[in-house]
Amino acid sequence: MTDIQNQTNKAGWPTNGANKILAKRHRTERNFRRLGLTAILIAMALLATLLVSIVGKGYSAFIQTTITLDINFEQEILDPKDTRSPETLKAASYGSVIRNALRTEFPEVKSRIELRRLFGLISKGAVQELRNAVLANPKLIGTTRAFELTASDDVDMFIKGYISRDVVEQDRRIKNNEIVWIDRLQNQNAIQTRFNTRFFTGGDSREPEVAGILGAMVGSLYTLFITFIISFPIGVMSAIYLEEFAPKNKLTDVIEVNINNLAAVPSIVFGLLGVALFLNVAHLPRSAPLVGGLTLALMTLPTIIIAARASIRAVPGSIRNAALGLGASKQQAVFHHVLPLSLPGILTGTIIGLSQALGETAPLLMIGMVAFIVDIPGGVTDPATVLPVQIFLWADSPERAFVEKTSGAIMVLLSFLVFMNAAAVLLRKKFEQRW
Amino acid sequence: MEPIISAKNVSVYYGKKQALKGVNLDIPENQITALIGPSGCGKSTFLRCLNRMNDTIEGCRVEGDIIVDGKDIYDPQIDEVYLRARVGMVFQKPNPFPKSIYDNVAYAPRIHGLARNKDELDNMVLASLEKAGLLAEVQDRLHEIGTSLSGGQQQRLCIARALAAQPDIILMDEPCSALDPIATAKVEELIEELRASYTIIIVTHSMQQAARISQQTAFFHLGEIVEVGKTEQVFTSPQDSRTQGYITGRFG
Repeated sequence: MTDIQNQTNKAGWPTNGANKILAKRHRTERNFRRLGLTAILIAMALLATLLVSIVGKGYSAFIQTTITLDINFEQEILDPKDTRSPETLKAASYGSVIRNALRTEFPEVKSRIELRRLFGLISKGAVQELRNAVLANPKLIGTTRAFELTASDDVDMFIKGYISRDVVEQDRRIKNNEIVWIDRLQNQNAIQTRFNTRFFTGGDSREPEVAGILGAMVGSLYTLFITFIISFPIGVMSAIYLEEFAPKNKLTDVIEVNINNLAAVPSIVFGLLGVALFLNVAHLPRSAPLVGGLTLALMTLPTIIIAARASIRAVPGSIRNAALGLGASKQQAVFHHVLPLSLPGILTGTIIGLSQALGETAPLLMIGMVAFIVDIPGGVTDPATVLPVQIFLWADSPERAFVEKTSGAIMVLLSFLVFMNAAAVLLRKKFEQRW
Repeated sequence: MEPIISAKNVSVYYGKKQALKGVNLDIPENQITALIGPSGCGKSTFLRCLNRMNDTIEGCRVEGDIIVDGKDIYDPQIDEVYLRARVGMVFQKPNPFPKSIYDNVAYAPRIHGLARNKDELDNMVLASLEKAGLLAEVQDRLHEIGTSLSGGQQQRLCIARALAAQPDIILMDEPCSALDPIATAKVEELIEELRASYTIIIVTHSMQQAARISQQTAFFHLGEIVEVGKTEQVFTSPQDSRTQGYITGRFG
């Protein structure tokens, strides 16, 4: 009787012994799922911390404090000979105009030390603002107008609440008398906070309140452009040759291993190679996007080759056979069929390689793109810097106001990266081929 | 009748491994020749010699002579690309390009410059689809992607695509092995119709298929041709005991 039962149990539903194994299996499966979930949660928490801290520090970089003053565009100071020639207007002392306006606003301030502090409320970049306004409209000369001027970085920090009134005076960048002046200006509604357009339209500066990232953005653009036009065609062609045409022998094996190795070489080594090759041998201009782009192209090349080879290999052999069987030449088979089918994958790999290049700092430090450059580069041979190097430079600056600029620049860089990677994903989704 | 293809002492090596050992075979024009035999016997290898598709395989070496229409196709002066336009091929698994039905069929005329203008190309595409018995089914969706068709339709599309290259000879490597019986019947019917204008060599694992459609059958075994002759004769009174064993299902 029992024997028969046991036998039925064996053939049918699990017995007690098997139940234990099953329970264990379910348990490990649950644990594994929990483990994965935990890993993802930790990763997301870290990412959220990063984003919150960057955005929390950086959002104020997009806001700027201005002070409105009644500016008397005195003929005596700006254009004593009444020529209105651009040269005179460019060279005129706009600083005196601003100082006069501050003196009129605060007539009680007399001592030299106090006056220096008073003048310090306005950014040194304000001179440029007035000059531009007068050059654009010389009729301003001889009139008195309310004019909005950029405040100095300390005022900006104070208004944004990064400098506290409660700190002892000698530890505070903004002194007591300055607080009195600022309060008075605020009561007159002369202090405004505005969207900081200059952050996106200006080049770098020693004055944080006028420093912008356009120079670095343009530099990054030129550099990436050079990287792309060098590494994309070379990378894709190498991949096609290696996958479709090269004989499979020891030599191609060696090449394959070396390409994989190159992809893992630290980027600083590519920087050194760039110095040796492009600066010392080819004598290309230092600090230029051309050299930066070439150096980053060396670095991006293996990534593109590996991605392109993988996606070329993913095209089924039956497609090649079909084309060859119809009398297409090998090249026709590759360019008419294999390449179009593998292009989405190749482009995805290229974009990922380029976004790596966009975030790369070390090799560019080696070729001198770390220089302090105020002008927006006008071409690939002009000295320039790039976004990540700009972040590095600002993070290294002592002024408190550069902290927010650093985070602001990181936000800009991150949004570029997110944009590029999203493009890569969309591209893959859109052109994904089902066989 | 002069054979259109004549293979003389053909040996094929993949690296050091010999896949074909001195095969001799004459293939008559406008007939269907079936190559049968167990897996790995070299019948597909032989088929791929006839349009030099073996050239695309790394480490593959072909010895002996293959005369197609009076020319040795392994002569260095012969362009294998031109050869493949004359000797079309249909593969085991339907492999339409992931392009429109029209573009699939138009591909060969385009690369070989067979059509002078758009109208001629259109006519060629329609004629090829018609010959492949597919036109009625796809007439109003020529610009749909070829891979959206059913398996049997895809295979007939591949046949139409091969016909558009205007070959004299069509090689078929187990064209029905991925198809269901109904699709298989349609393709077989098509192959029989094509015999009037083309010489067809078909590799098949189905003895019934070989018996149904072919006029000549060659039995391959371990890289050699064991027996070749009229299909009827090979299937009803095989001379060799191995052939008999294979066709009666005792091995293979």
